[in-house]
Formats: sequence, C-alpha cells, structure tokens
Amino acid sequence: MSTARLLPYGDRAVLVEVEDTPAVVRLVDALAVAGATGPEGPVAEVVPAARTVLLVARPGVPVAAVRAAAERTAAEQGDRAGDEAGASTGAPEAALDAGTIEIPVVYDGPDLAEVAALTGLSEREVVAAHTGRPWRVAFGGFAPGFAYLVGGDPRLHVPRRSEPRTSVPAGAVGLAGEFSGVYPRSSPGGWQLLGRTDLVLWDLDREPPALLRPGAAVRFTEAT
Amino acid sequence: MSTPARPARPALLVHRVGGPAYVEDTGRPGQAGIGVGRSGAADRAAHALANRLLGNAPGAAALEVTLGGLELEVTGAPGAVVWLCLTGAPAPLVVAGREVGPGALVAARTGDRVAVGTPTRGLRSYLAVRGGIDVPAVLGSRSHDVLAGIGPAPLRPGTVLPVGDEVAGQPVVDGVPPAPGSDPGDVVLRVVRGPRDDWVADAGVLTTGAWRASSRTDRVGMRLERGEPGTEAPAGLLRAADHDASLPSEGATRGALQVPPSGEPVLFLADHPVTGGYPVVGVVVDADVDRAAQVRPGETVRFRWVRAGTDETGGS
Repeated sequence: MSTARLLPYGDRAVLVEVEDTPAVVRLVDALAVAGATGPEGPVAEVVPAARTVLLVARPGVPVAAVRAAAERTAAEQGDRAGDEAGASTGAPEAALDAGTIEIPVVYDGPDLAEVAALTGLSEREVVAAHTGRPWRVAFGGFAPGFAYLVGGDPRLHVPRRSEPRTSVPAGAVGLAGEFSGVYPRSSPGGWQLLGRTDLVLWDLDREPPALLRPGAAVRFTEAT
Repeated sequence: MSTPARPARPALLVHRVGGPAYVEDTGRPGQAGIGVGRSGAADRAAHALANRLLGNAPGAAALEVTLGGLELEVTGAPGAVVWLCLTGAPAPLVVAGREVGPGALVAARTGDRVAVGTPTRGLRSYLAVRGGIDVPAVLGSRSHDVLAGIGPAPLRPGTVLPVGDEVAGQPVVDGVPPAPGSDPGDVVLRVVRGPRDDWVADAGVLTTGAWRASSRTDRVGMRLERGEPGTEAPAGLLRAADHDASLPSEGATRGALQVPPSGEPVLFLADHPVTGGYPVVGVVVDADVDRAAQVRPGETVRFRWVRAGTDETGGS
C-alpha cells in the first residue's frame, strides 16, 4: 500500500515521506505524469532520496499548492495500489524512459569476495545477480553525477563497509544497502566495491553532464 | 589577420583578494536530481538589488566579497567607462581614490583602481557591474559552488573578469540608501518546526537563548555554537532522541537547520548539500535566510518558531 506522509519543510517546501525507495520512484513518476513537476506545475525543484521526496515551490507559487499536488498524487497512487495488489519494485516499467543505459563492468573489485561471503553466493553468482536484472536511478546526491540505483536482485543487499575507504577511484562500481552505484570521481567512500567501469559518469563538457539521471534504466554487463 | 583589432572589451582585473571572493548569479535550479545544488548569491536580495540599480538582467553575475579587501583595475579601451554598484554588507567603495557609499552608482574608467573596504557590519558585499560579469557559465550558471567545486574559480590576483551585456534597461535611480540592517547580536530568525523535530530530545532548545556563528562558517552553512562563553547561562545543545534506526539521507533546502550528533546545528546556506543525513529540526523562513547569510562568525543569532502558511512568515 502506498502511504505517503507530508511533513513541513519551512515556508517554501514540503517533504513527502513514503515507505521505501521504489515508492519514491513511483511518486516522482506520478508527479511528473500529473504535471506537478513540469514547466507549468507548482514545483520548481524535486529532490528524491531514499524514503522521501522534497518538493520546493516555484517562486510566486504558494507552498499550499505544492502540498495539494502532493496530497492529490499520493491519494491517487494509494487508490491504484489498492486495485493492483503486489505493487511494482520500481523497476523500469514506467513510460518515462528512453532506452536502457548499459554499463560494462570489469568485476575485479576488492570487496567481491566479501560480498560473496555476506550473501552466501559465489563470486560468479554475485556477478550474475548484479548483471541479471535491470536497475533504475532512484535519486542522485552525495556528489555531482552520483546515482543511487534500485530494483536489482534483492539477494545483493549488503551493509556498507564498517571502515570507509579514504579514496575510491572514479568508475568504481559498488553496493550499499539496497543500492548499487558508480563513483563519478575519486572520493572517500564506504560502499562494497564489485568492480570498475571505464564509462565517464560525470563530464561537465558533455550535455547532459550526468550519465545517470533520475528515472533512467541501467543494466550492468560483464566487460570482456 | 587583416581586420583591425576591435577595441578591447572592458574587464575587471583582480589585483588583491581579502576574504573569499566569488562570482555568483542566481544559481542553477532544478539539477538536484544529478547531485548539483542551486548555489548562487548567498544574500539573494542584495544581489538582486545591485542588478536592479544598474539596469541589469536579474540573473546577471556579480562579485560576492566576504569582509572586503578586494582590489580591482578596470581594463579595456582607453577612456571606456563601466558602471559599478555595491550592495549587501555596507562597505566603502573606493574608485580612483574617491570613496562612494554603498548603494550608489559610480562610473569607473579604464585604468581606474576599484577597492572594496571592510564592511561596517554584515559579512558579504556584492560588487556588480552594468552588463554583469561574463565568465563562462557552467550548467547554466556563473555561480561558484564551494561544495560541488563547480562554476567560476574563486577570485585571485590575476583573475580577469570580462564585463558582459546582460542589461534589461537603463538605471532609473542614482542609488539607494543601504537597507536597515540588524545590529550585531540582534538577529532573530523565524523558523518553521520540522520535519524531524521528533529526532531530537527537545527541539525547544533551539529557540532558547542565543547561538553564536562559528568561525567554520562558509557558503555551505553557518555552524552554530552556544552563545558567548561566560556572558550567558549555557542554554544547552540539541540532543538526539532515542531512535533505533538511523535516518536515511533526505533532500535539503537553504535555511534548513540540520543537527549533527554534536548537538550544534548547522544552518544551510547557498552551497548546502543536496541531501543530508542528519535530522532537520526546523527550516528558517525563506525571507530570513538572506539575513542569516550576513551574520559574521562570532555574532549571535536567536530563533523564533512560526507556523508555515501564516502572515507571520511574510507570505510567499
């Protein structure tokens, strides 16, 4: 069931809390379909995160209009979830995507053995699980171009490393909690690293600079 | 090349930088989804006023100068004139040895030296030029974002700042008196409670007594400590409530008061992170955030709860 809770966020924004990240993806899709986040809608800025969607009002639009749009969309979603028992996983079934982004990965990451141990799979089975199902960009954050991917194989849910690394190279592909992600640039990080890709995730000289944008469908493949 | 050289475009050449100085405009909205915050001028009203006085387009870029100390030279064709205006923290603006007040339009000619002195109060002054600063835009904005590390580099000696042509009309006034600023120690910021006030043991601690802006205050946020030691009974810190789970990161805005485990809140300013992992106990009313951006390290602020959507917040 879709149960959204609206929380106050100052006088220009509303924070919508939902039950999980797939519900975040569904809410962002539904707000786009309803036009709330489009050029004519009351919302200027959408900030999806793990359990919440922050909606910032367009200048001159009262925050009450944002609240009303969020309430209406969440209520419609609730009705629909009631009709269709067994809601989706946030996998790329929504019609907003144009194609799937393929990310070739060399699976030689320093945490591959640790992930295998944590999941009870063999290293080859970890690779098969990571490449076997499509993922979807739920939200960005942490650093420009970093995308939190959801909807993959649930057997791959692993905790962060207890000791974050002081430096993770650009292109490192990792897992943390329910998410997979690719480091867009070298940074500290605590994700479990499965491998690396040569794709450039963030390039300011490219339009758009971010390879992975919210809503995009992603498939990891094993580079040969 | 056979064509005669065109007259050099006017530019501002940086000779000396005091406190941090940045090129800022109205920022890059709508890109939070790819991890890029809005950024832009920390005191949006002061930035907008400078552009309005000069007849610039509202989004024209200007210089955000922290606690003065900036010295420039006008370069370009001989005899060319640029128009300047200083807003925000009121500081002396000296053009070719002549001091003009804040909020006044002043002409500067090629070769003239321009200096922004130390403001009498406030933290950030805006030096704008008619036509705006025309450095290359990054993701649609000429704002330096200190957290994301994108946009025009911070000013340093030798930086050349070409003058653009982003004008919207003619200047209609010669200047305005500086906005009546708050006296130091007299800043009261209105704050709407939530969304995560239940993640601290007593959110009322926020509005009890004064907080002091820490020296680790920058464009990302104003870090708050408890008031002047010895002058006031310590009013306590914001202690975490008992929760068996940790809060997943969630979106943030300017004005959000995030409470890290230290119990000392951080008031998010222009270059705040797009998402944050610590609970936000309250969000400063949008109209008051510009004032927060003018609080100097060491000065104190107080908070007062208001309800969203009432006249108390100054409308939308």
